[in-house]
Amino acid sequence: MQRIGVFVCHCGTNIAGTVNVEAVSDALRKEPGVVFSTNYQYMCSQAGQDIIKNAIAEYKLTGIVVCSCSPRMHEATFRKTAASAGINPYMVEIANIREQCSWVHKDTLTGTEKAIILGRAAIAKVNLNAPLTPGQTPVTKRALVIGGGIAGIQTALDIADAGFPVDIVEKKPTIGGKMAQLDKTFPTLDCAACILTPKMVDVAQNEKIRIFSYSEVTEVHGFVGNFDVTIKKKARYVREDICTGCGACTEKCPQKKIPNEFNLGMDTRRAIYIPFAQAVPKVATIDPDHCNMLKNGKCGVCSKVCTAGAIDYNAKDEFLTEKYGAIVVATGFNPIPMDKFDEFAYSQSKDVITSLEFERLMNAAGPTGGKLLRPSDGEHPHTLVFVQCVGSRCEACAEKGKEYCSKICCMYTAKHAMLTRDKYPDTEVYVFYIDVRTPGKNFDEFYRRAVEEYGVHYIKGMVGKVSPEGNKLKVQASDLIENRQIHIDADLVVLAAAIEPDKSARPLATMLTASMDTNDFFTEAHPKLRPVESPTAGVFLSGACQGPKDIPETVAQAGAAASKVIGLLCKDQLTGNPCVAHPDEMMCSGCSNCEKVCPYGAITYVDKEFRMPDRTTKVRRVAQVNEAVCQGCGCCTVACMSGAMDLKGFKNEQIFAEVDAICR
Amino acid sequence: MQKVTRDILVNKAKELLANGTVDRVYGWKKGEFAYDVTPALFKSEKELDEFVFGDFCGANVSKYLVAESKKAGGKILVFLKPCDTYSLNQLTTEHRVDREKIYAVGIPCEGMLTGSALKDKVDSVLSVETEGDTVKVETLYDGVKTFPASDLLPDRCRNCKSKKHVTYDELIGEDGEVLDSGRFDEVEKLEKMTPDERFAFWQGELSRCIRCNACRDVCPACTCEKCVFDNPKSGLENKAAADSFEEKMFHIIRAFHVAGRCTDCGECSRVCPQHIPLHLLNRKFIKDMNTFYGEYQAGEVVGNRPPVVNYTKEDIEPSEAVKRGE
Repeated sequence: MQRIGVFVCHCGTNIAGTVNVEAVSDALRKEPGVVFSTNYQYMCSQAGQDIIKNAIAEYKLTGIVVCSCSPRMHEATFRKTAASAGINPYMVEIANIREQCSWVHKDTLTGTEKAIILGRAAIAKVNLNAPLTPGQTPVTKRALVIGGGIAGIQTALDIADAGFPVDIVEKKPTIGGKMAQLDKTFPTLDCAACILTPKMVDVAQNEKIRIFSYSEVTEVHGFVGNFDVTIKKKARYVREDICTGCGACTEKCPQKKIPNEFNLGMDTRRAIYIPFAQAVPKVATIDPDHCNMLKNGKCGVCSKVCTAGAIDYNAKDEFLTEKYGAIVVATGFNPIPMDKFDEFAYSQSKDVITSLEFERLMNAAGPTGGKLLRPSDGEHPHTLVFVQCVGSRCEACAEKGKEYCSKICCMYTAKHAMLTRDKYPDTEVYVFYIDVRTPGKNFDEFYRRAVEEYGVHYIKGMVGKVSPEGNKLKVQASDLIENRQIHIDADLVVLAAAIEPDKSARPLATMLTASMDTNDFFTEAHPKLRPVESPTAGVFLSGACQGPKDIPETVAQAGAAASKVIGLLCKDQLTGNPCVAHPDEMMCSGCSNCEKVCPYGAITYVDKEFRMPDRTTKVRRVAQVNEAVCQGCGCCTVACMSGAMDLKGFKNEQIFAEVDAICR
Repeated sequence: MQKVTRDILVNKAKELLANGTVDRVYGWKKGEFAYDVTPALFKSEKELDEFVFGDFCGANVSKYLVAESKKAGGKILVFLKPCDTYSLNQLTTEHRVDREKIYAVGIPCEGMLTGSALKDKVDSVLSVETEGDTVKVETLYDGVKTFPASDLLPDRCRNCKSKKHVTYDELIGEDGEVLDSGRFDEVEKLEKMTPDERFAFWQGELSRCIRCNACRDVCPACTCEKCVFDNPKSGLENKAAADSFEEKMFHIIRAFHVAGRCTDCGECSRVCPQHIPLHLLNRKFIKDMNTFYGEYQAGEVVGNRPPVVNYTKEDIEPSEAVKRGE
């Protein structure tokens, strides 16, 4: 029989405001196994913890129940308290009477009744608790960063700076990501390439960093401190170690008409290409969909002109498996496709472009050499219309847009408008907006400069329709402040497309068993207190994969994720979770159901010899759990019909006891 | 009714025993009454004299192989009707039978009659014969009576899901096809009821349960080393107590345990002495899984995983499954 102590916390008025804590501690004192019950203002305070410690000594407690906040908040605190007073930390149960009780009830009577029931359930469970001892596992002191944009680059640099090896896996032929495509960056207007490319070079030159470009993560096994990751190095048909990046092949390749992804299809590239001049690694890649040699064996020009002999038409995808202690997800974002927004005529007119395409048009290394020219006829545009929130904050149009605010559009649109007016004072620039949101350091000042110094026409209202007529774009819009319809004959329309997580994020989240929200952004372990950690131990989040972010925020989060990784890799041993699955071999039927539902591959089967009561032996197939791999999710215990598989600390009988106590 | 005769099967068994392919045979023998046929093991040519085969051989013998295939000795010959082969595959998938130890001979099936339906019609049966589609019953007090065979066909045979053998080492006769049966018609009727009506329906059915465990004992999906209902540690055994609500728990828990693994052989309803249509619970699960997770037939292929007892990266999102249910 356990000797249980019950400690009811007031949490100031958080709990005591809607729960009669005195009545709760009195009622729970009468429960089976309870030998001591009290309440106190702040149980988590030093004084509160002392009450627990003293009671453990005085009443020789074997288990304790703390009726307080969510176990996510203070379970660890009270486990430490118990351990310091000499009882096993897994003999502590938390009854959540704050988040699940006092905060959701207004009436003291119902609040108190529910708090007593929740306490009763926790007591019923502690009565069946057993001391548990966690195991130790070593840590592989190497980190993996998935995604080589500014988020991944910064995270990798910071981790490498602390002395740990880092690998970056980037699916494109070069690192750099979206930032490499940008022209100037708000609010200081320094050029993106000038601040990004030195970092890319740093990454390339850092001895601790390996770059797997043109590569993808295909499999993830293992757990925090010990991940086994399979990386697919896609065949680029050019040997990275030999190619000097001279570019001779890219000039001689006869396949010239391939849309250039880096310039968003606004110009062309060859079938063998280097995405841009500052690419890292600066090696050529053959596009197998367009290369004549790879498609029908007729050409071979690049091989002939390559003085280094780096071309290898027989290259195959390579798979390599590496071990990592921590994984950082930095998969970034993309603008949403505009093909569903027919009202803006994006598919009908070349002169309706997205903001990212506008970045390339303004960029000195872009398709026009930095001159603002209309994509249709190469003429200089005089009237420009910027449309904000295209697909963002779009509650009514969830099937084509996003409900959330993409956050960066207000600022880059102000930047585009300002830069246009600055370079081409003969232009008229209109910006249509729902709200202008500029809550960042020097952001509002920046936007006001666009309006006040550069004379950009900001109009509150949405564009209803864009229709190409002749070489003009007829823009129909409403001005909500003046309450009137506006018609503008524009030369160029720029759409601030909503941003969404990269499509590779969803399958990656499945591989990592990391959770995502309904918009496919990765979920944080805690929205406020653990914003750079995923709920899956050892998986960290960097940049826009977690939510829309601008560059300063991305870099800040990248550094934060790196510091969490460094904190993890500094440890030699990790304390595991003792709440793992455990099979009762005598009851196991060997059916494999648990093996097949295990998301971690922690369960295997062996044929084991058993001595039967009649002294004969019998060989039976039984399940075995690798406790270091098991994460204690409990899927197997649900799949097991006979109840042979059970979860330590959350045994079926404990859960039934809780349910029975609640229903009593 | 049946196209194969007892003699064909017995000759096949004798041949396989004689040439050493197998050293024992699972089939059926006569029980207490004429309509009462029970599965039996035959270890020699002589014992095969008691072998019977006819229109009342509905019993699915695949479950008996769980224990038998683990015993020492050579291969076991077993005669399987199409629906029984699904059970054998499912048991092989779950490593409950050693398929290597089994020599399965597929036999065609024209639908098997149930003794309980017969008993509902007449008392004191002396003998039963079928000629074509007519059942001729000789009774002690009422003389000879005749019925159309279809009167004695259970739901599982009226709505037969398949005449195709999904596993066999040898086939007698021609193999059939998977049928597009109306096996979910009854379930749809239940779905159309209001919750109160449905509760009343199951209350009426399940309150007759006498907890004889026959449904569990016959079920080829119920092969646990130790059943939760026999295990005091599981905390479930008292859920089977004779309380009007907890009585239902036995059948509902059992339906959950076999969900995704039930091959819809219908043995549970056949053996129920209280005529409870237990197979409808299982069919509801099968229908729901088909709706939510895509068509799946347990036992169709060895190694196939039921959608609810599996984990793959391609699994649909739970929210998507919810949408399909709306």
